Amino acid sequence: MTLLQVESLRVRFKTEDGYVEPLDGVSFEIEKGQVVGLVGETGSGKSVTAQAIMGLLPFVRGEVTGGRMTFMGEDLLSLTEQEWQKYRGAKLSLISQNPMTSLDPVYRVGDQIVEGMRLHLDITKTKARQQAIDLMGSLQIPNPERVYHQYPHQLSGGLKQRIVIAMGLCAGPLLLIADEPTTALDVTVQAQIVALFKEAAVERGIGLLLITHDLGVIAQLCDKVAVMYAGTVVEFGDAMSVFNEPKHPYTESLLHCIPKLGMQKGSLMAIPGNVPSVRTFPKGCRYHPRCRYVMPVCSLQKPAEIHLENGINVACLKYSNYLRKTA
Amino acid sequence: MDMTQSGRFRRRWRKFSANRLGLIGFIIIVALIVFAGLANKLAPYSYKRQELSNMNSPPSRDHFMGTDEFGRDVLSRVIHGSRISVYVGVISVGMSVLIGVFIGSLAGYYGGWVDRFLSTVTDLTWSLPEILVALLMVAVIGAGVECVIIAIALTYWAQYARLIRGQILMLKNEVYVEATRSLGANDFTILFKHLFPNAIAPVVVAATIGIGQAIVLEATLGFLGLGAQPPLPSWGAMMSSGTAYLFISPWVIIFPGLAMMITVLGFNLFGDALVDLLDIKEQASM
Repeated sequence: MTLLQVESLRVRFKTEDGYVEPLDGVSFEIEKGQVVGLVGETGSGKSVTAQAIMGLLPFVRGEVTGGRMTFMGEDLLSLTEQEWQKYRGAKLSLISQNPMTSLDPVYRVGDQIVEGMRLHLDITKTKARQQAIDLMGSLQIPNPERVYHQYPHQLSGGLKQRIVIAMGLCAGPLLLIADEPTTALDVTVQAQIVALFKEAAVERGIGLLLITHDLGVIAQLCDKVAVMYAGTVVEFGDAMSVFNEPKHPYTESLLHCIPKLGMQKGSLMAIPGNVPSVRTFPKGCRYHPRCRYVMPVCSLQKPAEIHLENGINVACLKYSNYLRKTA
Repeated sequence: MDMTQSGRFRRRWRKFSANRLGLIGFIIIVALIVFAGLANKLAPYSYKRQELSNMNSPPSRDHFMGTDEFGRDVLSRVIHGSRISVYVGVISVGMSVLIGVFIGSLAGYYGGWVDRFLSTVTDLTWSLPEILVALLMVAVIGAGVECVIIAIALTYWAQYARLIRGQILMLKNEVYVEATRSLGANDFTILFKHLFPNAIAPVVVAATIGIGQAIVLEATLGFLGLGAQPPLPSWGAMMSSGTAYLFISPWVIIFPGLAMMITVLGFNLFGDALVDLLDIKEQASM
């Protein structure tokens, strides 16, 4: 059974002057044991997607206005806050962007892991403590007994991130969402942490949704990738196919933007124009002002999601012929 | 981990005792508590023993601070008076902190109409004159120490409510709050286990200084005859009855006044030192 299925999700936020709609048409799915990358520029709605999956939108004045989200066949959108509290941490777990501030400064880090366990598991404090130390050890935290008793400010960024991962895993979730888990870390530690994520997920056979703007990380670790642009998943499919044969014009341009060693100077491409802000999303296809294949229809019609033959979903009017043919 | 714990304590103590004024404040407070606790042992006479042959006598070897219009030993009365001051100061501020923290936390955490409602109540309370509330309390429950405590508790909480509301407003957007929520914690856990300990330090400082203010207010109400009733030796009441003999026996007013001044100074100095001790600025920037 599909672990998590998100279909044409729409989200809006209430602001001082009316509503904004940061998500319009987010679709992707994760199977058990799969690593799915969610990639996009800043402001494309990656974090909002994570918050939506965790049911955290009401806390930031957001709401889901359309689409579907199912987890192990259960409808997530119908959960009440009380039911959400049993899901969060136990079935779904979110690791937020910044490990430096994800830990409460006034508690020992080990106790924060234990707190997460005792929220969901019927377990004694002593046993939870032992499990927390084991978990910390399995995440390659050196000398876990000692680190257990330390406060966040006493730990390095890499160690803090490991503690945060331990908190995310402590109650045995089936899906782990990692929102930009490495942005705040030194480059030297990034690779380690990313590898740790994959290992932790694969070992437990759980799903991992890796949110990042780093295409290198995606290429290295992910089975599938969802490319987001301005609140829409424009392309979703097998990571290898997407990278080798990008279908959506945005994905194509994005891949041209990655510098490679030995590249001729000055040959690095940039996508013309700017990422639109959530208040000024263009009508029709949100990418059309920057698209090099733009057609007149693009500014009028919102592209529907099209399933191509190799399991790739793409939202681009370029492929509407394909849609007509199969229909 | 006891090693680092005591190490941290020692480091803090060193930092604190380097602050001379804070140390003086601390010593004053400790002395006050000792006087209040051991008043029966330390006072040379009973606070109500009258020596009618020896009224309004100036400070002497038998009576360090002289005697009042009933020939009662002023020193003994000042020492016993510290009991009432400490009692009123601590209980009333304790109660107002409890009320203020509860209301301020709810307002800051939930925001929206809850915040608008509670903040309005807080602002209304803020604008109430303490003495008026005390008069109202006298009408309801009669004059006495309890009346003073209730009057202070009912008016002082507003400042703590505002303080903690601001703290919570700032802290509730911290990533660790979302992280805790993502673990499945409910509002209660987030508010009282995570936000609260991070928000409380400035309130501790304000409450320390608040005790000093409450002691002055108690004296004010005592002076007006609304506080502790005779023969209980409240500093304010002593000064009030001394006014009649101001030019004959000024010591009856001077010594309780001095005691009060030093006490308030102690709480203020200690409160200021706590700002450094509790790393309040550091925490705010963390």
